[in-house]
Parts: sequence; structure tokens; C-alpha cells
Amino acid sequence: MIEVHALAKYFGRFSALRDLHLTVREGEFIALFGRNGAGKTTLLRILAGLSRPSSGEVRIGTPHNLTPRAARGAMGYLSHNTALYADLTALENLRFFARLMDVHARDADLIERIARVGLSGRESEPVRNYSRGMQQRLAIARAFLHDPSILLLDEPFTGLDQHGTHFLKGYLTDSHARGKTCVMAIHDAPLGYELADRLVVIEKGVAALDVRKSDVTLEQFMDRYKAVAEER
Amino acid sequence: MLAMIWAIFRKDLLIELRTKDSLNAMLFFGIVVLVIFNFALESIRESIRAAVPGVLWVAFAFSGTLGLNRMFAAEKENSCLQGLLMLPVDRGVIYLGKMLAATVFMLVTEAVIFIFSLVFFNLTVWNEIPYLVLVFFIGTLGFTTVGALLSAISVNTKMREVLLPLILFPVILPVLVNAVEATNIILNTVDYRTLKLPLTIMSVFTIIFGTISYLLFEYVLED
Repeated sequence: MIEVHALAKYFGRFSALRDLHLTVREGEFIALFGRNGAGKTTLLRILAGLSRPSSGEVRIGTPHNLTPRAARGAMGYLSHNTALYADLTALENLRFFARLMDVHARDADLIERIARVGLSGRESEPVRNYSRGMQQRLAIARAFLHDPSILLLDEPFTGLDQHGTHFLKGYLTDSHARGKTCVMAIHDAPLGYELADRLVVIEKGVAALDVRKSDVTLEQFMDRYKAVAEER
Repeated sequence: MLAMIWAIFRKDLLIELRTKDSLNAMLFFGIVVLVIFNFALESIRESIRAAVPGVLWVAFAFSGTLGLNRMFAAEKENSCLQGLLMLPVDRGVIYLGKMLAATVFMLVTEAVIFIFSLVFFNLTVWNEIPYLVLVFFIGTLGFTTVGALLSAISVNTKMREVLLPLILFPVILPVLVNAVEATNIILNTVDYRTLKLPLTIMSVFTIIFGTISYLLFEYVLED
């Protein structure tokens, strides 16, 4: 479970988040919507432990609040930044992260993971030679190498082609079915609606709309989303 | 923990061996410093040995700063730093791995610069080499323990290339002064008993600042 209580984050005088409250139950899939600069990425970065809140509280784990280190072990964070070393090969990248994530995987296992994201036969190539979409595919393999129970996703479909998008959709659907908790920031409303079971709109640093997918159709959600954006 | 430090060090080493970004710049800069001093000190050729400790540590410190500047800047590409910070390891481990890599790169650079200095300044130092190695090692460790932390602090700033030397040199002044002093004792005196004081100061500095840096590292990389 993730509990966010009265969360605020300031960058100088600009408030990226202010008095944000959010509870994500175990196994829930939340799609975060909102305009650029609404605070989605800031929220995900705070959840991931990459950014420190200015005030408020974040509790990760159930029943006890996990230590930051344990929380990092339980989370996988995928954003449009791939976090891959361009001068290392795909295999060397995964080998490095596997070692530090305490994942005991042989090279054959890692090569199989690389093949699973559609990069079969490219494992010995430096990541610098990969296209943007290929790098994003490898980033998927890297981020979820340790099979985390919480997936934090910040515009994860950026740069992916149809096949990559299909793969990631399948991976997320499967992860959700296996009880993983997912929090995903996304601009593509139909795609977010399709994958998530709860839809949250963040506007000006607060959760301005929070509905269950089962309570609204995509059209109804779009109307309410539009109304929230115009209201603010 | 050691395996994790080693993994980070090995990764940095592998990237450096492939790109040679830091080592080439550090070596080039260090040798240019020697060439300049070689011409500048032409008039005191007979007593050049007295100037060598200062010249060497100027070359070491400035080339080392170049390496430190690259150390975390390289992690910014593709937001690799974000990937490192998400790892379920004590973040001090990242500091130790990076510090170890910076120390090794600096020591390699120092070895080459030192060999060039023997040629440029026509020095014979066979007997002094073990002592010099000890001073170079402790001095470099003192330099990188602080440098790795300050490099991490400056990496998120717009003017990191300028900021790092500005915040680094005032802090490591005790190490540099004592390293020059220790090198001077080795090259220009016969009584090595006086080496104890500068070596002790450098060692204590390294231990204190190394501990502080290890503990603070967790906080400097979060925004």
C-alpha cells in the first residue's frame, strides 16, 4: 500500500505539489492524468525516493512503513529517461543492474530477458547504437529486472513503436493480474483508461479528480477531466 | 557491500577503457602543465628539485579536478544517476564505488605525469619511489574523498565545471599543502622522520572527510 498524506513540494516559489492526498491499495492500478507541469512526475519521483518532499508524508509498504532502501527494492521505476549506460552493451547494462539489485541471473537469463523485450541478437551491441524505441525497450527490462511489487511508470510508452507498445501493455496487464501495484503517469487517456482501474487527475499539485474506472465510461471520464482542467 | 562497490567501480572502469574520456583529458592537461613549468623554471634549472613538489601537485590537482567533473556528469546522460539512486543499496555504496574509480584514474594519471616530470626536470629518484608512492596514494585519497562528494553536489548545477574547483580547493587545501610538504621532504631532505606529520594530517583528513562524505551522500543527490 502507498499512502500519501498532505504532500507538498516546492521548487523555490513554485509549488509542484500542494496538500496532495492519495492512497493506493495493494494490487491497484492507478493512471495519473494532468497537464504538463501538473505535478505527476514530481509525485512519482517522490514515491520513488528520488526527490524529497517539502512537507507531508509518504508511507510505502504494508503493514509497516518500509525503510527507504527496502522501498527501493520493492519498486521499479520506468520513465522516458532510460537510465542506461550508452557505452555499455545491453547485456553489460543488465549485468550491472542485476548485480546491484541482488538478482542472481546468469548471462543466459539476461539474454533471454533482452530477447523478451524484442531485442534478440542485439545484446552485445552498445546501447549508443540503439534507436530511441530500442533503448526504451531495454529500459523496461532494466527497470523490472528484480520483479518489483510496485511499478512506478512515468510516460512509459514514450518512443515505443507498435510492437513495443503492445509488449509493454501486455507486461503491465500481466503484472496487474499478478497483483502488482501500478502507478502510471500518462497523457494518452484512452490507453490509461484501458490499463488502469482507477483514474486520478492531478491539476496544480492536487488530486482534482479521483474515480474508479468501473464508475465511468471513457467518454464520461474525458468530459469530467476536461471540466476539471477548465475549472482550474 | 564490497561486491557492490566493486560493481560500480568496474562499470566506471569499463566505460573509461572504452571511451577514455576522462583519462585522455586528465593526462593531456597534466602534461601541458609540466611543459609550461618546464619553460617557466628554466632560469632555476640547478635548484629545480625544490620546485618539483609544487609543480607535481598543481598538475595532479588540476587534472584530478577534470576527472571529478566528468565522474557524475557521465551519470547524467540518459539519467543514469536516477537508475543508480533507485537501486536497493545503501547510497554510500555508490559514493565509495565512484570514489574508488576516481582514485584509480587519478593514480594512473599521476604515474604518467610523474614519469614525464622525471624526463622534463631531469630527476633521479629510484630510492625515493616507495615513499613518493605512499604520499601520492594518501594525498590522492584525501583529494577524492572530498572530491567525489562535491562532484555529486555540483553535478545538478548549471555551472558545474566552474563550481567544482571553487568549492573543492578551499576544502582540500590541508591535503594539498601537506602533500606538497611531504613530497618536498622526500625529494629535498635526507631525514624522513619529519614525514610523519604531513602524512598523519592527510590520513586524519581523509578518514574524517571520508566518513562525513559517506554519511552525507544520501542527501546530496535527492532534489
